[in-house]
Amino acid sequence: MALVLIVVLPLAGWLVNGMAGGRLPRPLVSVIGCGTVAASFVASAMAARHLAVPSDALTATLFTWIAAGDFTVSAGLLMDRLSALMALVVTGVGFLIHVYSIGYMADDSAYSRYFAYLNLFVGSMLLLVLGGNLLVLFVGWELVGLCSYLLIGFWFDRERAANAGRKAFVVNRIGDAGFLLGILLLATTTGTLQFDRLADAAGAMAPGLLTATTLLLFMGATGKSAQLPLYVWLPDAMEGPTPVSALIHAATMVTAGVYMIARLHPLFLRADFTLSVVAAVGAATAFFAATIALVEWDLKRVLAYSTISQLGYMFLAMGVLAMPAGVFHLTMHAFFKALLFLAAGSVMHATHGVVDMRRLGGLAGPLRWTALGFAIGALALAGIPPFAGFFSKDLILEHAYAAAQHGGSVALWLAGLLTAYVTAVYITRAAVLTFFAPAGQRDHPHEAPASMGGPMAILALLSFGGGWVGAHAAGAPLLRVLDRFFAIEPAAETLPGAPLTAISVAVGVFGIITGLLLYRRRREVTLGALGAFLARQWYVEALYDAAVVTPAKRLARFAADVVETRGIDGAVNGIAGLVGQAGVAMRRVQTGYVRNYAAAILAGTILILSYWLLRGP
Amino acid sequence: MTVPISAYLALSALLFVLGITGVLLRRNALVVFMSIELMLNAVNLTFVAFARQLLAIEGQLAVFFVVLVAAVEVVVGLAIIIAIFRARDTVDIDDVDLLRG
Amino acid sequence: MPVLSILIFLPVAAAIVVVCIDRRKTDALYGVGLAGTLAVLALSAVVFFRFDPNQAALQFVQRTAWIPSAGVSYYVGVDGISLPLMMLTTVIMPLALLSAWGSIADRVKEFVLSMLVLETALLGTFLSADLVLFYVFWEAVLIPMYFIIGLWGGPRRSYAAIKFILYTMAGSALMLVAIITLYLHSGAQPGERTFDLIRLGRLPVAMPLQAWLFGAFALAFAIKVPVWPLHTWLPDAHVEAPTAGSVVLAAVLLKMGTYGFLRFLLPLFPQAALQFAPLLSVLAIVGILYGGIVSWAQPDVKRLVAMSSVSHLGLVTLGAFALTVPAVQGSLLQMVNHGISTGGLFLIVGVLYDRTHSRQLDDYGGVAALMPRLAPIALIVVLSSLALPGTNGFVGEFLILLGTFQTNPAYAALASSGVILSAVYLLWMYQRVMQGPVAVKERARMTDLTRREQWLFIPLIALIFWIGVYPSPLLRRSEASVRALVEQVTSHQSPVTSYRP
Repeated sequence: MALVLIVVLPLAGWLVNGMAGGRLPRPLVSVIGCGTVAASFVASAMAARHLAVPSDALTATLFTWIAAGDFTVSAGLLMDRLSALMALVVTGVGFLIHVYSIGYMADDSAYSRYFAYLNLFVGSMLLLVLGGNLLVLFVGWELVGLCSYLLIGFWFDRERAANAGRKAFVVNRIGDAGFLLGILLLATTTGTLQFDRLADAAGAMAPGLLTATTLLLFMGATGKSAQLPLYVWLPDAMEGPTPVSALIHAATMVTAGVYMIARLHPLFLRADFTLSVVAAVGAATAFFAATIALVEWDLKRVLAYSTISQLGYMFLAMGVLAMPAGVFHLTMHAFFKALLFLAAGSVMHATHGVVDMRRLGGLAGPLRWTALGFAIGALALAGIPPFAGFFSKDLILEHAYAAAQHGGSVALWLAGLLTAYVTAVYITRAAVLTFFAPAGQRDHPHEAPASMGGPMAILALLSFGGGWVGAHAAGAPLLRVLDRFFAIEPAAETLPGAPLTAISVAVGVFGIITGLLLYRRRREVTLGALGAFLARQWYVEALYDAAVVTPAKRLARFAADVVETRGIDGAVNGIAGLVGQAGVAMRRVQTGYVRNYAAAILAGTILILSYWLLRGP
Repeated sequence: MTVPISAYLALSALLFVLGITGVLLRRNALVVFMSIELMLNAVNLTFVAFARQLLAIEGQLAVFFVVLVAAVEVVVGLAIIIAIFRARDTVDIDDVDLLRG
Repeated sequence: MPVLSILIFLPVAAAIVVVCIDRRKTDALYGVGLAGTLAVLALSAVVFFRFDPNQAALQFVQRTAWIPSAGVSYYVGVDGISLPLMMLTTVIMPLALLSAWGSIADRVKEFVLSMLVLETALLGTFLSADLVLFYVFWEAVLIPMYFIIGLWGGPRRSYAAIKFILYTMAGSALMLVAIITLYLHSGAQPGERTFDLIRLGRLPVAMPLQAWLFGAFALAFAIKVPVWPLHTWLPDAHVEAPTAGSVVLAAVLLKMGTYGFLRFLLPLFPQAALQFAPLLSVLAIVGILYGGIVSWAQPDVKRLVAMSSVSHLGLVTLGAFALTVPAVQGSLLQMVNHGISTGGLFLIVGVLYDRTHSRQLDDYGGVAALMPRLAPIALIVVLSSLALPGTNGFVGEFLILLGTFQTNPAYAALASSGVILSAVYLLWMYQRVMQGPVAVKERARMTDLTRREQWLFIPLIALIFWIGVYPSPLLRRSEASVRALVEQVTSHQSPVTSYRP
């Protein structure tokens, strides 16, 4: 019952704020919006306490959802240690961002609609992580996509926002079509979508089918988690309010793909080929997105590309069988990326919406606390010890290296390492240009109110010290739990350890130094032809436009204007016309002269008579 | 002396062809009408001739029907012709082609 | 008590009352019409709840000899296949009438009469189990619909009405020939012959003839659905029809075709159905993709929604001919879902048209800011139409894809790309109408929904979520009949192909 409560509370908030929010006083809307999420967090924590043993799981089956023929799927929830961790992250970070939004959205006329959407999102995300079978997960999966659409296009009167929302939805749908086929394949071959029966079912599947299933499911993940080739929607998603970017497009929703692979690890662990694809896509995306972040001028888009890149790390971890490390990084990333986005939001709040870093600068003075928060987040992102991101990113790189030692490709590790360097450079650039570069001309920026500062402070603490849960020196409690959950033997002994850690820290520090050297004095470092190439996102968007969007539009136009009107309907009208013309031709027979009719009768009679006479007896 | 049946039939055929010719070639509606009567009576002659030859009553019976129908037809037909004459001052059937397609 | 007969003819009774009312009292005319359709709804709800889900055969059967010498009987009954469509009809008709209350003001008496007669004809079509009775109702549907399009329609209404009636009649004429042929084969002596659907279903028909008969029936139904490429009457009819006509046309009339597939085509000609299922499935898939692509390029909202019907009903057709229990159940559910969501879309277009008198996307934009109550309603209906999980559309679509996947994964893969297309054109439409800067010329006219208009959508939205979250009441009631149907058809599969080691 507690499980149901976790999901239902935010949805109740959505209903109240959505139906009546316009008539409620704003403080009440805020209380309902934040309170339901806080209550959900408490309920999650209480429920999670029951999971004493790693194999423990709470389940709740509400009713039979769809039953037809031999296929049955119930509306059921499941909480084990993985989903408990996710639920805590979602409700915890979610609550902080709800509180932050009170300040950030204070002047918006659609205040209650905003909180309704945000609550709907938290409820949907909880449905996603607590779903007891793949189809319930898919419901949450699509609903968070819907919330993403709604919140990206929150200021729907702006054409760009509406376009970005639609783009996000459609691109996600492309991945989801694959995801759906994967579900169908799984349901058809194993007959079940229940997570608790998946391990047995996976054992019985033919390897080829398993590979196909997992690849299709991964296609869904590339959409939702913005990986190559379906990443294109996430940078545009920055049209939404900044807290939304922090919650949905950094901390929670976009990690759903990683969560899905973790949730279905019995399937993925048996599909070696799929895992190698996951690792390759992850590494490629990590590097690719980081390079674009290097030249982006929009502060939020820098963070968006950074998110894509960090998600790439997580997939890399999943692919090299370092699933605990992947989930660990997911958690840490939720803290520091949310912090970075909230700090960016605070900057926008102070400057009335300026996000172009060429117009920012010199904010370290007036926005002292925001700058400190951003710096902590940046250091965590760059992987500098002892900040949170260091432990998780280092663990992933160690695993990638270990995988190379065991017959994997060393390119994965190299890509990861190179990305770590680029990451340090671009985040230093963003920090320098925003806070330390010579100031642009503006009125007096002011620090954010307490409702925004408080959540940032908590996230800063978590980004600063949260990494200990995965630090071996501190016993790595989270990692031990996750290791047992995934039933992978702890890899700590086989990992290279200290030398590799030294390398990755050195790379991070070197990156920061590079960033400082490049951008400390000069604002506009263009990086020449390479910079132009990167600024056009490696021409991926242009390629999609030329190869997919434009031909599809032309095809639609052709189908509607030529095939439909002239072809098919033309044939219909043509047949009708033919009948009409036959009538025109035939009407000449009707002369109206009685004599002609009489002659015709005579001729007919003679014909019939002669036929009978000539035929003989 | 008995007239052979073939003579009756020949006369009937002659009358019938005369009738047809009249219907097809004449323009005056009244003449066309009379030609139709000629055809009907040609058929009547055939009926009576065969009735006599075969000593069957049905042939004579049929003739009464034909005469009756012919009388009715004349009534209706003449009424139509008079109506047309009143409307158009002519009984030339080539002037009446309202049903042309 | 002959419940079904009362159900079928209650609208005509209401129509008789309407005849007696002064034609100037439009509110009274609409009121009586609405009361009549609501009474029918109440009665059908009774049938729905007293329906025995475990029984595959017809229930509430009523049977009387009609023309005994020709083997024609008045034979009505409801089973798991006709029950959802009966409910759909009785739910949609009051909404259609209510939608007209504010927008059709001339010749109200004739309009209400047409709608009531239409409801009787539709219910008769779905509930008859005698081929002649069915055919009479099937053709009777055309008459009121012809007038609804032809009298209260847009500028090109007479072209659309004539196209509609000629196109659909061309198909049904051949069906009549096939019905008579079937009758002649049903017994050696005139006294032994029958039009009884159940008995004809057990009649073995030799193969070349069966294929011809299948073709004749299939053509009639395929035109009605409409299956690609026989669909071009649909956009014209929809564009020209008044809102109420479009709603009934999309929500109920098109289902006569898909219902015909399940009720007549499959049980009467199982071998031919197995043989031609691939052909119809391919046409269905072409329809799904083609309808989606063409919708995207429509500048006219109503035409866009009409073309989306071609796409959605392609999915229904695909499910019907997948011949597995989940697919056929999904197909049946999707007929109801399409009725709700596309009916809702046409109602929304109607609400907008009443204010702007324009159907062009270019004349809209930013409506969400002017009509804040309509915007979320429109969004929910759009999401239901693009089958977002949690709404009704997903359940049906998922079952169809699942059932199709079991027999032919390639079909399911192609059909699921329709999922992408529906998001493309529906969100495009939503954005062009609702979002962006306000582009409507006369802002003052864009008043938000009236109380009457809100009541148009409340039932639909309740159904969207109810079927999306808890579809069991519908699925449970259709399962036994669908299972019997699928077993009957697949038992004719040659033993070699059905054998699985």
